[in-house]
Amino acid sequence: MELKEKLVSSFMAFEDTVDVDSPVHDIRTEAIKHFENEGFPTKRQEAWKYTSLNSVLKHDYSVFPKHEDALEFKDVKKYFIHDIDSYKIVFIDGKYSSHLSQTTHDGIDVCLMSAALSKPKYRLVIENYFNKIASKDGLSSLNTAFSAEGAYIHIPKNKLVEKPIQILHFSTGNEAALMLQPRNLVVVDENSHVQIIERHQSLTDNPVLTNSVTEIFANKRAIVDYYKIQNDRETASLIDSTFINQKQESIAKVHTFSFGGKIIRNNLNFYQNGERIDSTMKGITIIGNKQHVDHNTLVHHIEPNCESHQDYKGIFGDSATGVFNGKVLVEKEAQKTDAFQANNNILLSDKATINTKPQLEIFADDVKCSHGCTIGQLDESAMFYLRSRGIPEKEARGLLMFAFSNNVLDSVKIPEIKNRITKIIANKLGVNIGFDL
Amino acid sequence: MSKYTEDDLREELKTKEYEYGFYTDIESETFPNGLNEDIIKAISKKKEEPEWMTEWRLEAFKVWQDMEEPDWANVNYEKPDFQAISYYSAPNSKPKYNSLDEVDPELLATFEKLGISLDEQKKLAGVAMDVVVDSVSVATTFKETLAEKGIIFMSISEAIKEHPELVKKYIGTVVPQKDNFYAALNSAVFSDGSFCYIPKGVRCPMELSTYFRINQAGTGQFERTLVIADEGSYVSYLEGCTAPSRDENQLHAAVVELIALEDAEIKYSTVQNWFPGNAEGKGGVFNFVTKRGLCENNAKISWTQVETGSAVTWKYPSCVLKGDNSVGEFYSIAVTNNFQQADTGTKMIHLGKNTKSTIISKGISAGKSQNSYRGLVQISPRAENARNFSQCDSLLMGNECGAHTFPYIEAKNKTAQIEHEATTSKIGEDQIFYCNQRGIDTEKAIALIVNGFSKEVLNKLPMEFAVEAQKLLEISLEGSVG
Repeated sequence: MELKEKLVSSFMAFEDTVDVDSPVHDIRTEAIKHFENEGFPTKRQEAWKYTSLNSVLKHDYSVFPKHEDALEFKDVKKYFIHDIDSYKIVFIDGKYSSHLSQTTHDGIDVCLMSAALSKPKYRLVIENYFNKIASKDGLSSLNTAFSAEGAYIHIPKNKLVEKPIQILHFSTGNEAALMLQPRNLVVVDENSHVQIIERHQSLTDNPVLTNSVTEIFANKRAIVDYYKIQNDRETASLIDSTFINQKQESIAKVHTFSFGGKIIRNNLNFYQNGERIDSTMKGITIIGNKQHVDHNTLVHHIEPNCESHQDYKGIFGDSATGVFNGKVLVEKEAQKTDAFQANNNILLSDKATINTKPQLEIFADDVKCSHGCTIGQLDESAMFYLRSRGIPEKEARGLLMFAFSNNVLDSVKIPEIKNRITKIIANKLGVNIGFDL
Repeated sequence: MSKYTEDDLREELKTKEYEYGFYTDIESETFPNGLNEDIIKAISKKKEEPEWMTEWRLEAFKVWQDMEEPDWANVNYEKPDFQAISYYSAPNSKPKYNSLDEVDPELLATFEKLGISLDEQKKLAGVAMDVVVDSVSVATTFKETLAEKGIIFMSISEAIKEHPELVKKYIGTVVPQKDNFYAALNSAVFSDGSFCYIPKGVRCPMELSTYFRINQAGTGQFERTLVIADEGSYVSYLEGCTAPSRDENQLHAAVVELIALEDAEIKYSTVQNWFPGNAEGKGGVFNFVTKRGLCENNAKISWTQVETGSAVTWKYPSCVLKGDNSVGEFYSIAVTNNFQQADTGTKMIHLGKNTKSTIISKGISAGKSQNSYRGLVQISPRAENARNFSQCDSLLMGNECGAHTFPYIEAKNKTAQIEHEATTSKIGEDQIFYCNQRGIDTEKAIALIVNGFSKEVLNKLPMEFAVEAQKLLEISLEGSVG
């Protein structure tokens, strides 16, 4: 594969730009070897059975964008959750944009991966956490090999971070085709609480491929609330791999809102290394045209008395394809596990496709594990009820679809995000829902 | 439920027509180990098959050579060496033992619990016995009844000779030679099996069964079954046996093809209880089966299975719902104990309009066993108003076993309605306590609860099977709870 060779050979050039003495260097060299062996995933692999990257990999991507471009805040304001005060880490074509960002070192570290990788004061954290839970598959290894930039967030003990942190990646279209590989590390120590919002946005129709890896460590009793907003153009593709390691009594929630993109693949992996952990992953997917969204989740229950909740809703129109591949793995020590998984889908068109595979792998006997999965249509009688009360068909349909996906929004803790998502859904469905929440 | 006694069995034997009379007597002979074109030609020749059949086998063999043994199933085992197996061994007529005293007492104890008569026990264990039970006349009356209705029921080797047009028309249409590794192997070397044809509009008056044939002839290692229900007909077919079969053949790769033409209905019930290996996981049968049915318009195929035996099971009875308004059903209980591994489930392929499918799967794992459900529900773009309901429940006993669910659901039509549910649980201590305080000991209580858990499937079995299957469940799980 051409792109593969290009990437492997650009690794040399990449090495010239980074510090080869850093401990991360060995990790990178090893990772590129992994990638060379594994390559890009194909449909022959079980985890990629329903998602082919061929249409995405054919472009001649620039791996190191040369131009630097400044964006005016007013032009990109709408992509921020701008009505609340927040920390911001903004990247333009993979490069940090200091004038759009607002970082801090005041008690907490909200800054750049490049700084964390090079400055000695972060060395201990990097040694302890960097690349400790990211998987060793081809795509994650590729990201590890080229890991240089991204968000670095370290919240020490007993801190409640009052403002959410927004991570934004813009691609300007200065390159004919661009490949981005952001690498994020989030470490939340004991009793701390943080909220993070992540978004990838392409500003033109030039193809973009983002291969992002995020490692999150939620230590004892930490609370991590992570929101992913994916509403990109139909020329932008995203492979987003998130790995979350949880310690005892921690709570981690990831909400994924997928409303646009050419191919979106979300790999979401939770590892529960402690007792009484709570993991939640929820998502709403509403897509049309030829878009493709693939949710691939794993919850690994390793210790007793933990919980996990999964709830994914999908609405697929036109020739869109939805994939859900959820896996709950309960080890034999993980007694009293309570795992729940739900995946509900609506198909709006005869050309749309849903492939869903909710898996349970259970080795412990005293557990409560269940999953449910449905594929169906909007209820005719509910439609009739609304229309008989004078609500036009389009609005009625919109209301029903909104109601269908609504309970995912219940657990969203930031009202502004709720508002924003509601608006995006209303736009998507082409209706005025008429209420804000 | 009343106790199943020896008298009942004797009664049953009387009415059940013990020997169907299609036992082909070949001198005891075994081919050298290994597989090549000559062996296949020799098998075909031995069975006096017409040339098209030999060609068909060779074609399958060619495909098989290029195939790789699949390893996607959730099972671990040492792959058989396909060149170390003898592909043709005529039924061994020599008894293994001279009297029941030589037989493994464990086996006898099981027979006792299943309520199997002494004669029957001898037969199952391979003990020499006089031929009282082998009543030729019974078989003849049985055949006559079927012949009156125009039903053809015979071994597939006979069918190839006597009804080549039917066999040629249908064999390989549902499970093609190149379908999968084991189906290809089976197509190349299948030794024998059953053939059944129900003519138009005929309702088969009795349940057709391979029950006794299997016990008698030692089993066909590579069985091939072909059931054809012509327009508007009905047949219920029973396969297998509740009594534990000891068999030297380690690898079993059977193929079953069902064809339900317009308005026809086929009910196919299986009880599988091959040797599962001993408590340490040594030995045991590898059971790799390809079963598939094809439904034309308004046809219905219903698979019911109780899987308790075999060290490794790899089996997915499927329905291709090709015709409009066709119905596919799958009811399964899979029990694994000790070191058994089962990867079983179904495929429902919805092609026609208004097709319906139901999947009820109950998995019970105990000991150190692994039990997986693997299923596919596929709705093609043309399958308007397709409906599927799936339910997979797992029961775990002890924390050394595993229960796994791998449901694949692929919908390409907006009118599809699909529901899938799966749960995993254990037997509640409160349930056991409730039984205990009413004087039911723990072992009995577990049997009671397991029966309740599997009731939905047990109910689908024909009467005589259901009684035995229920007992079989109890025995399979014996000693699994401390």
